[in-house]
Amino acid sequence: MKKIECIIKPFKLEDVKAAITDLGITGMTVSEVKGFGRQKGHTELYRGSEYQVEFLPKVKIEIVVPAEKVDQVIQGILEGGRTGQIGDGKIFVLDALETVRIRTGERGREAL
Amino acid sequence: MKKKIMVTLLVLAVLLPSFVFAEDVPMTADQVQSNLNFVWTLVAAFLVFLMQAGFAMVEAGFTRAKNACNILMKNLMDFSVGAIAFWAVGFGLMFGTTNGFFGTNGFFLIGGPDGGNWGYGFWMFQVVFCATAATIISGGVAERTKFNAYLIYSFFVSALIYPIFGSWAWGSLLNGSGWLEGLGFIDFAGSTVVHSVGGWLALAGAIVVGPRIGKYTKEGKVRPIPGHNIPLAALGVFLLWFGWYGFNPGSTTTGDSSIALIAVTTTLAAAAGAIGAMILTWLKYGKSDVGMTLNGALAGLVGITAGCANVSPTSAVIIGLIAGVLVVYSVLFFDKIKIDDPVGAISVHGVCGAWGTLAAGLFDTAGFNLGTIKVQLIGIGACFAWCMVAGLILFKLIDLVIGMRASQEEELAGLDFSEHAASAYPDFQTVHLGQFVPGGNGGSGLMATEKKPSTVPAEQS
Repeated sequence: MKKIECIIKPFKLEDVKAAITDLGITGMTVSEVKGFGRQKGHTELYRGSEYQVEFLPKVKIEIVVPAEKVDQVIQGILEGGRTGQIGDGKIFVLDALETVRIRTGERGREAL
Repeated sequence: MKKKIMVTLLVLAVLLPSFVFAEDVPMTADQVQSNLNFVWTLVAAFLVFLMQAGFAMVEAGFTRAKNACNILMKNLMDFSVGAIAFWAVGFGLMFGTTNGFFGTNGFFLIGGPDGGNWGYGFWMFQVVFCATAATIISGGVAERTKFNAYLIYSFFVSALIYPIFGSWAWGSLLNGSGWLEGLGFIDFAGSTVVHSVGGWLALAGAIVVGPRIGKYTKEGKVRPIPGHNIPLAALGVFLLWFGWYGFNPGSTTTGDSSIALIAVTTTLAAAAGAIGAMILTWLKYGKSDVGMTLNGALAGLVGITAGCANVSPTSAVIIGLIAGVLVVYSVLFFDKIKIDDPVGAISVHGVCGAWGTLAAGLFDTAGFNLGTIKVQLIGIGACFAWCMVAGLILFKLIDLVIGMRASQEEELAGLDFSEHAASAYPDFQTVHLGQFVPGGNGGSGLMATEKKPSTVPAEQS
């Protein structure tokens, strides 16, 4: 099992979700985050003073999938999340050691 | 015997109504006008009371979420404490029979020179004006002032500082008289008496209490601390604008056609003020600044308050436009000299109050007169001197006795938690990511670190 975490632009969420669910992935967790990479922040104006906003709003998606699905999911996220502009985000793949369904206590692949 | 008593009682019962209801005498026109004056003055007073909500929303909107409960408490209590102080002491000082500098009777609304209903109506109108001056201060010292210190100086502002100056300019409105009005000082609804008093006291407070942590860098750069809710701030400005229709036209305390021109000048000045501030920031920064434009509308309103009854509509537009431009430069100026004013109270009320007072002389429809200008300047100067001296003394005393400023830990944790063990938004995360957290090593430290001061209690997120 692998956990895929990706940071994407907030307005790309629907596109990414559609791409992933088309692949038969049945669950994901989404959170609102702030961050930056190479995309610097931007300048805002408040009462005559400019200030730098370094952290930009992003959306983080977390999905746990069987190992053989990882490449497809990555491809789906790339298609759904790419705009070509700086700040599109990143995908991280981690090992997931165990998955348990709380309602039934199932473990492993059945719990995915 | 019994029968006689019964008959007597019956007769009395039949006749009783005629004792209670005297013959209907038709009201005179004077009586109707008098009643109208009561109604208008009191309705106007209620509108001015609504400005308390306006101030509360402006101040909450322009400050951070972690201090929202505290700023609302300060706004609620400066009216509550102030009203009691004005009832007990202030009203008598302002409108009692005068000794030349302040009134000497009418305290606790007992045994004043003008008791009876008009005294009550007039008190109601005046207390909301006093409260307006008092509540201006909370914006200038927001986010770092201890609550108990604030309560104490609210009392003294409403009991002493505001009423004594007020007696100089407005005492004769009831049974006092003042040296300033004796000179011919024009301040119809209070650009100086209310707004400059509040603004300069806010300046004194901001000087004594010092800037918020992180507001100014060592190199002298201004670091914006954005307000947490611009919609609330805008709501506040609209409420204030609405309430101003009681503030200015209500100051006639007479229900007659003179209130019409005043409503017009008030409207035009507010609109012009907003436009002036908006265009200036648009030209200066390439984008129109929302906060400054909101301040601009208020600046226009303050600017017209002195002359609303004696200037033409065209003059009102000019006065408002200049106020809108003036307030922007004033905000930038006070930041430059490191006086931290989170909502622009000093600039909107102090500076534009002075401008409005001068403008009432410059644009007087009775004709331009250097003597009038001189008197206006005397009033502006007297107000500044009185408020700065009295304000600095009062705040410094409070600071020495109980301390005015919250501690660094209290300020960083947020006054909601420190002063009230409260949270304005329990369902939401109220930490601004990217918030400045001072280390010992200064520098440009703009980024938030995970570190928080170790003395912040664990419950506070």
